[in-house]
Amino acid sequence: MTQEEKVNQPASAYFIEENTEKIEQHTLSVVVDNEPGVLARVIGLFSGRGYNIEQLTVSETMHMRHISRITIVTSGTPAVLEQIRAQLERIVPVHSVLDLTVEGDAIERELALVKVAGSGDNRVEALRLAEAFRARVVDASSASFVFEITGKSRKVNQFIELMKPLGLIEVVRTGISAISRGPEAMKV
Amino acid sequence: MSASKQDLESQQLNGAEIILKALAEQGVSHVFGYPGGAVLPIYDELFQQEEIQHVLVRHEQGATHAAEGYARSTGKCGVVLVTSGPGATNAVTGLTDALLDSIPMVCISGQVPTPLIGSDAFQECDTVGITRPCTKHNYLVKSVDDLARIIHEAFYVATSGRPGPVVIDVPKDVQFATGEYLGKENIAHKTYVPKMDGDAVAIEAAIDLMANAKKPVFYTGGGVINAGPHASELLRELVELTDFPITSTLMGLGAYPASGKNWLGMLGMHGTYEANLAMHDCDLMICVGARFDDRITGRLDAFSPNSKKIHIDIDRTSINKIVKVDVPIVGDCGHVLEAMVKEWKKRNPSVDKLALKKWFDQIDVWKARQCLAYKDNSDVIMPQFAIETLQARTENKDTYFTTEVGQHQMWAAQYLKFEQPNRWMTSGGLGTMGYGLPAAVGVQVAHPNSLVIDISGDASFMMNMQEMATAMQHGLPIKVFILNNQYMGMVRQWQQLLHGNRLSETYTEALPDFVDLAKAFGATGMRCSKPDELAGAIDEMIDIDGPVIFDCRVANLANCFPMIPSGAPHNEMLLDDEVNDENIGDAIGVDGKSLV
Repeated sequence: MTQEEKVNQPASAYFIEENTEKIEQHTLSVVVDNEPGVLARVIGLFSGRGYNIEQLTVSETMHMRHISRITIVTSGTPAVLEQIRAQLERIVPVHSVLDLTVEGDAIERELALVKVAGSGDNRVEALRLAEAFRARVVDASSASFVFEITGKSRKVNQFIELMKPLGLIEVVRTGISAISRGPEAMKV
Repeated sequence: MSASKQDLESQQLNGAEIILKALAEQGVSHVFGYPGGAVLPIYDELFQQEEIQHVLVRHEQGATHAAEGYARSTGKCGVVLVTSGPGATNAVTGLTDALLDSIPMVCISGQVPTPLIGSDAFQECDTVGITRPCTKHNYLVKSVDDLARIIHEAFYVATSGRPGPVVIDVPKDVQFATGEYLGKENIAHKTYVPKMDGDAVAIEAAIDLMANAKKPVFYTGGGVINAGPHASELLRELVELTDFPITSTLMGLGAYPASGKNWLGMLGMHGTYEANLAMHDCDLMICVGARFDDRITGRLDAFSPNSKKIHIDIDRTSINKIVKVDVPIVGDCGHVLEAMVKEWKKRNPSVDKLALKKWFDQIDVWKARQCLAYKDNSDVIMPQFAIETLQARTENKDTYFTTEVGQHQMWAAQYLKFEQPNRWMTSGGLGTMGYGLPAAVGVQVAHPNSLVIDISGDASFMMNMQEMATAMQHGLPIKVFILNNQYMGMVRQWQQLLHGNRLSETYTEALPDFVDLAKAFGATGMRCSKPDELAGAIDEMIDIDGPVIFDCRVANLANCFPMIPSGAPHNEMLLDDEVNDENIGDAIGVDGKSLV
């Protein structure tokens, strides 16, 4: 009985309404002052308000001006994505936020280090595939390789998948860095 | 050469001196605080100067609410000074309260010396970590050379744009270290520049909609109060020009006068019938400085289903967060209202007078329902009667009201008549019991000759009653008017609505004798339980030159109506005369029970 009643109950401010809007994945570029706690502010915003972080890359990009660039891959409905952007812009040490997915056709690259151990045919095959993917050998021992691969996330995923049966040991990835095309720079 | 060198040297101060000098330069006259090990150098400096007065509270939460009361009643920034560790953690509730209600506040906290940070030293806590999500911004000052800049910046951030609390955590060694003082004129903020003026195209679009509206309503909030008294004047002017009806949130009361002919009363969960139905049936909603809080909207998919919506807000995140609007205008309410008044005057549009007349006729029908009527009683004081009497006895006085949180708060919002902004201090967003007494302390500090009344409940009062000692010490003649029903009334009301009248832990057993308690503090205690004696007793309370605790014994089981049950839309309100034992239990559906 309660089950049926539940079905017929009205929606409300608090109900998780059935989401008919499509979830999209967007890449945001955020220019911030490189001051203590700024990353915690950004991450705290996402965890505190229940947003997703799929990927996160942070590094200082303008040393003299203490400016860092944060690249965030996030997902949500268009309304949520609009909120995320507005919320990020509200953080005091944030200079500007650019939704690279909205801008369109941004360049996204990621670096991975992939350790593969094995011998015989597997070892030869791993090396051959690495060449095909333009991965570099950055460490080699008689029983292992460490490959460095750069590219779009999809390409890196593909390479890792191929390494699995060939003795994949471990992977580290940077998460993507992204930049818009054309002559303009982001507002700092 | 030597003179300029001397100038430079004279600007070399220690950290504690820099703090006091910067506060003075910011125009701070009062600081609410509590000393402790990590702020001793600052307190030593306070002792040796006279420009800034310190108000010693009895608990750091009290300091934060006092600063809120001070800020909200003056429009200035409230300032708090607390020690490290427990001093800072005790301030967290007040900081969060100020964040949710957009109150400008700067809180300086002591911290263990820099070399000890991270060592779990005595009274150490990660203050910036703890307060990061409950402040607008916060700082850990690692070098004395940054101190003056950070303090000036903190005031700028706290008071600009959408106001809010800012914490400055100052390690003890930084308070002792010597550094250079920087005046506030040397500070320019790199990134934080709020947009004050609304987009002209959007304002024109808003005026277009307003000129053609047939059933318009203004829905205003705390943003109008925060934009300063001038914004309230502009709002009144715009309402007069357009002759549209107006309602307001809890936080916005006083921006438009309760005696104004277009006033509908407060809207929302405990708002008036006419305000909520006007919101539901309108064809144009003009939201000024409010944020579509869940206490306002009720059931979202039935919220004002046939209206176009204009939303003016200084914070872009408020726009389209809860309710999609047709014309968003990001800007300061004062600036935008000024532009709207100007544009309206310029166009002098011919509104649809006939339609507006019909709209007001409809509103009059709703008003005739007299949703705030209650069954009077000649033996017991009805809480509504108590507030009405309080209103009548204070009407022509220079009065400020604060409240705690619960039924008494809603009754105060319903039955008091606010004519001016900044006269009403209440915890809206966070709903903090124990807010009102310390807030009254802050208000009285700012307005020593005014009448300051904390409308309280028996349960809320006990959450921060230690601040009575603060009022005594500083000669602050606050009046604490307790609507004593011996219950946590609002929680009980929900248990009646939702939980089969099983009153789990909401009866306040072993309440103190409030009259004796007042005496123990050295204040005056009063009690009244007879309706016909109440007016005289209130007059007596007002005339007492000192703090008073007034134990007003009211009908224990009275509930607060009208009410929109959670999960219901605006046009399904519960009214006092319709409520009986049966339908009160059925008012909220199964899913509604999970709501807050």
